[in-house]
Amino acid sequence: MRIESRDQFEALQTQAREIEAGRSQQVLVCCGTGCLASGAKKVAEAFAEEIAKRSLDADVNLFVKSTGCHGFCERGPLVALQPSGILYTKVKSGRVEEIVEKTLIGGEVIQGLLYKEPVSGDRIEQYDEIPFYKNQVRVAMRNIGRIDPTAILDAIAEGAYAGLAKALFEMTPDEVIDEVAGSGQRGRGGAGFNTARKWRSCKSAPGDRRFVLCNGDEGDPGAFKDRSIMEGDPHSVLEGMIIGAYALGAHEGWIYVRDEYPLAVVNLTIALSEARKYGLLGENIMGSGFDFDIKISRGGGAFVCGESSALMRSLEGKTGEPRAKYVHSTEKGLFDLPTVLNNVETWAGIGAIIDRGGEWFASMGTEKSKGTKAFSLVGKVKNTGLIELPMGTTLRHIIYDIGGGILKDRPFKAVQTGGPSGGCVPEELLDLPVDYEKLTEAGSMMGSGGMIVMDDRTCMVDVSRFFLAFLEEESCGKCTPCREGLRQMLYVYDRIIDGKGREGDLELIERLAAGMQLGSLCELGKSAPNPVLSTLRYFRAEYEAHIREHACPAGVCRELTAFEIKDDCDGCHLCFKACPVDAISGVIKEMHSIDHETCISCGACVDVCPTDSIRTFPKHEIEKAEVV
Amino acid sequence: MAETPCSDLSMTEDILAKYPAEEPALIQVLQDVHRAYNYLPCDVLERVAEALDVPLAKVFSVSTFYKAFSLEPQGDTIVKVCTGTACHIRGAGQLVEELERQLGIGPDETTEDLKFTVKTVNCVGACAMAPVMIVGEKYWGSAKSARMAKYLAEGGNDEN
Repeated sequence: MRIESRDQFEALQTQAREIEAGRSQQVLVCCGTGCLASGAKKVAEAFAEEIAKRSLDADVNLFVKSTGCHGFCERGPLVALQPSGILYTKVKSGRVEEIVEKTLIGGEVIQGLLYKEPVSGDRIEQYDEIPFYKNQVRVAMRNIGRIDPTAILDAIAEGAYAGLAKALFEMTPDEVIDEVAGSGQRGRGGAGFNTARKWRSCKSAPGDRRFVLCNGDEGDPGAFKDRSIMEGDPHSVLEGMIIGAYALGAHEGWIYVRDEYPLAVVNLTIALSEARKYGLLGENIMGSGFDFDIKISRGGGAFVCGESSALMRSLEGKTGEPRAKYVHSTEKGLFDLPTVLNNVETWAGIGAIIDRGGEWFASMGTEKSKGTKAFSLVGKVKNTGLIELPMGTTLRHIIYDIGGGILKDRPFKAVQTGGPSGGCVPEELLDLPVDYEKLTEAGSMMGSGGMIVMDDRTCMVDVSRFFLAFLEEESCGKCTPCREGLRQMLYVYDRIIDGKGREGDLELIERLAAGMQLGSLCELGKSAPNPVLSTLRYFRAEYEAHIREHACPAGVCRELTAFEIKDDCDGCHLCFKACPVDAISGVIKEMHSIDHETCISCGACVDVCPTDSIRTFPKHEIEKAEVV
Repeated sequence: MAETPCSDLSMTEDILAKYPAEEPALIQVLQDVHRAYNYLPCDVLERVAEALDVPLAKVFSVSTFYKAFSLEPQGDTIVKVCTGTACHIRGAGQLVEELERQLGIGPDETTEDLKFTVKTVNCVGACAMAPVMIVGEKYWGSAKSARMAKYLAEGGNDEN
């Protein structure tokens, strides 16, 4: 079982591929967090049961695999069939018998379960033909959805650990770093620091003991690519880390996983123990004489622990407070020893870079941002989910071609990238090619790859306040500019949103922001004003409407917004049912009306109205009308 | 803090036995303690401080720094409403309000019968299913306030 040489590894690879090839048909059920929330586990169990009942035919080797996230979470539970390449969406366990009977045995496609393209309305049969997938290029996510993350042989059949074998037996540690340098890969966690440069800096630091860490503390709201990688292909992360450790001469590693990601912890733990069992981790890896082992540390639920120095303090069992940046963690990191910390997606790409060569990776992307990047595309967009694309793809392509456009075909307003450290990019910049530099120029940042699409019903003041409130709560409190600056800014935002904003408030916000950018200790504090500044830059008029006209143009801010039903209401009664405070009256098929006294301006009616018949208007206009 | 009777420390000893008696184990120990007792009882913290040779003040500092820890007893079922960006713009606020109407408690509060604790969390990474809420272990995607009673009653699974 334990691999003692490269030949044995290759034999195992051949064996794994033979097992894979021997399965005449495979059912791949997505069991990522998203699909599990839609009932995927029952679907997988139903397939196993149904197939166990029928697999009496000796030459039919049907196989059910629970895979990681296919990325297309909103259409879940997803079921992909191999080798036919058919993708069924929104599969309920009740339809499993039909799928086995008709498609797996009868070879017939069930039209109703196919993906319906939102633009043309066509049903698309093949996984690879769906625009959401067709336009993607997957490196870090290469095996997700294809393998069972708890079965190491599955991963090996798809090429896992081949890069490691090459590094250990064909390359010196310095050659490994050179290859990574040739790829031009930059950190996928936010700041975009060159991976090879970070490694070299750590390697040249004095000392014999050094550490390799993986940052799985994906705290940016709206980002979940690291979760999907850890859940769906944990071996890619392990392989990257082992290669990194070999290059650096490190023997100890940690993966720091967010407490909110329980499935990631489970799948990583299984992957670690399997890798150890096969001799791919631990002492004398693949018989090469190199030792390295990895431990998992569960985070305590603090956003600031995604910051490198805070993460290391947390691993030491302390409160996760960052320290000043002039001390480099590559020299004095965990336990004050040289440490390399890379993001999950960064590590997941390393195995492929070594296996296929740095040049291959560098052939994708833009001049300064090489390779591909994973994004979570969410918010008010039709196809939400996880995507990976070459750097330099335009926002328009991402949102309209892959995302299928805006939900309910409403107008696009902005896309928020980079989480709480990023900013909102407006419509006029939709043709912006996405890379590290271009996003920074636009006042946002790459961050951890969250892309939150917003439509005309999103208020930019409210969104900025949301990020401020998030950051104010998550600020570790160590340095004053971040702790107090956020709090003061939040006061100002609250009064603007309540219709009590004053002239000069926007300038005050800008002054506070400048102070935080200059004076905060860590990058999270320095970048905390980004959401505020980018919305002020592109949507200043919306702020001014709140302050001067006491109006929220998007109809979101409750103190400023009232609702009324227009006369094109067809009396469907949906709003009546949705209203949490029974402010809506009306009988079916007749026009409904809203009682302004009772209405709490929550907007639930607008969300359910199929005919778009609910209008928002400034609240002070009701009072005017009543006075008249 | 509520008056807490002495806790059963035998569970604590079992947990401590699994880790090296040093500071780096502190967070992992507290996580296990939290799982075992459903919160961090005061007397257990004293024992942990002694066993790991960490000042009690530091143990409290860590216990109050991380969101995963509570010094108050938690309800049997933790109801988490994700208030990450995607959930926020798709109506997570309405879910929190509906919970307040149904259970009479706001975020970070526990019902008197210790059945439910409501928490808001910053993104559980299931943004494509926004808004998301988690009742116990069960994730509910595209959650609607109109279905809150069902979510609370079932906790467990169905096919959505």
